[in-house]
Amino acid sequence: MTAEKDFRAEGSSNPKKVPKRVAFIKPRTAARVKKEDEEMVMTVPNLVIKEIIAFEVMVIVLALISLTFNAPLEWIANPEHTPNPAKAPWYFLGLQELLHYFPPIVAGVILPTLAVIALIVIPYFPINLKQEGLWKEHRRQTLSVLLTVVGIVSVVLLWFDVYAMLVPTLLITALMVVPYFSKKETGVVGWLGTRPLSWWIMTWFIVIVVVLTTIGILFRGPEWSWTWPWHEIY
Amino acid sequence: MKKAFEKLFRSQVWRSMFRHGLPLSNRTRAEAVFYNFFLHVHPTKVRKRSVKFTYTWGLGGLSLGLFIILVFTGGLLMLYYRPSVAQAYWDMKDLQFVVSNGRFLRNMHRWAAHAMVAIVFLHMMRVFYTGSYRPPKEFNWVIGVFLLVTTILLSYTGYLLPWDQLSFWGISVGTNMVKAVPFGLGDTISYLLLGGTMVGENALVRFYVLHCFIIPVAAVVLMAIHFWRVRKDGGV
Repeated sequence: MTAEKDFRAEGSSNPKKVPKRVAFIKPRTAARVKKEDEEMVMTVPNLVIKEIIAFEVMVIVLALISLTFNAPLEWIANPEHTPNPAKAPWYFLGLQELLHYFPPIVAGVILPTLAVIALIVIPYFPINLKQEGLWKEHRRQTLSVLLTVVGIVSVVLLWFDVYAMLVPTLLITALMVVPYFSKKETGVVGWLGTRPLSWWIMTWFIVIVVVLTTIGILFRGPEWSWTWPWHEIY
Repeated sequence: MKKAFEKLFRSQVWRSMFRHGLPLSNRTRAEAVFYNFFLHVHPTKVRKRSVKFTYTWGLGGLSLGLFIILVFTGGLLMLYYRPSVAQAYWDMKDLQFVVSNGRFLRNMHRWAAHAMVAIVFLHMMRVFYTGSYRPPKEFNWVIGVFLLVTTILLSYTGYLLPWDQLSFWGISVGTNMVKAVPFGLGDTISYLLLGGTMVGENALVRFYVLHCFIIPVAAVVLMAIHFWRVRKDGGV
């Protein structure tokens, strides 16, 4: 592998459009500088008309939903009578599902804090900016690190019986290693091979969030036991 | 008819409000953007690529649209709602059965709030998968993460206000999670949030103020910075 320079020289043969110049383009340069001159359109009407239409369609859809479905309102709050199960709003049911498996400090504090921190730091890691396929270099090393990390995570998940996270984790890992063994560079396998590490982590995170939240919303009944959504729980 | 409109658009009163003429030439189209308070965050020209609907799915704009709907419906709901244990629930009942269109107003606010949590999350996914967090926009991504948290907090603080079983126990579950924060901080934060050791009168007032004033103001400030930075970094 040759050492990559962190800049490249560009020229143009059209002195009217681009006077002679040398441009230093580093990896951290804004994407807009790297792009060739792009086709521009006037904001009025091209963009503004789309904004207005999108907003109007949304207001109409919301109005139709509001005319059809009523917002829930149960009996007046009663601290003496705990509903079973007591559920948080839907966007917290993923967390409440975690609470079912892990001690409160892990599910309620450590994991959500880690998730927010992980989201914040994404743009500050060069590996997330280069966007190179996971298997582009150091293939064997990557494989062993990947399998070790997934192995440790799987043991922890098994220990706490978190199959709802274990199964998606293993499925995604399986997809990750497919391009390592297959030499195909086209089709789905080829596409998987070009996915960078950050893409895999984010996809894993989103799948876990969706799976846990769905289980929390639809599949949890009294005492947080597994209940099929078609069973009347009240 | 056409002549009457043309006369109107040329009149001094109209031109004192809208200094540009009809957006028929590129010059007046550009003026329509930068002479307009609401449009001036936009550049006069945008990349054709960024106007394409399937590039952004309009998710950021729709989040703002939902916020506007929520401020509007929320303001009207505030006219009928009193944040006290004795009255809150019965004010909800009045909204359902007494106030004209009260039920529709409340439905709209409720569904828009749920939609906003989902759409802001989808917007974050879109920004990630198009790699739009890359420099120079890295800090705007951070502001975006804070806006996601703010959106969830807005929705969550509003969840208590109807004061029904759903609200009471939903908030109890959440604030019990806060108690798990270590070093004795959990109880302190929970006490600060609830104004007591359990969800009651003080909690209702605190959530009301957080929901209607403190968090919305924070959200507006964060949004202003977010949009301004999008524009400065070459976006729409």
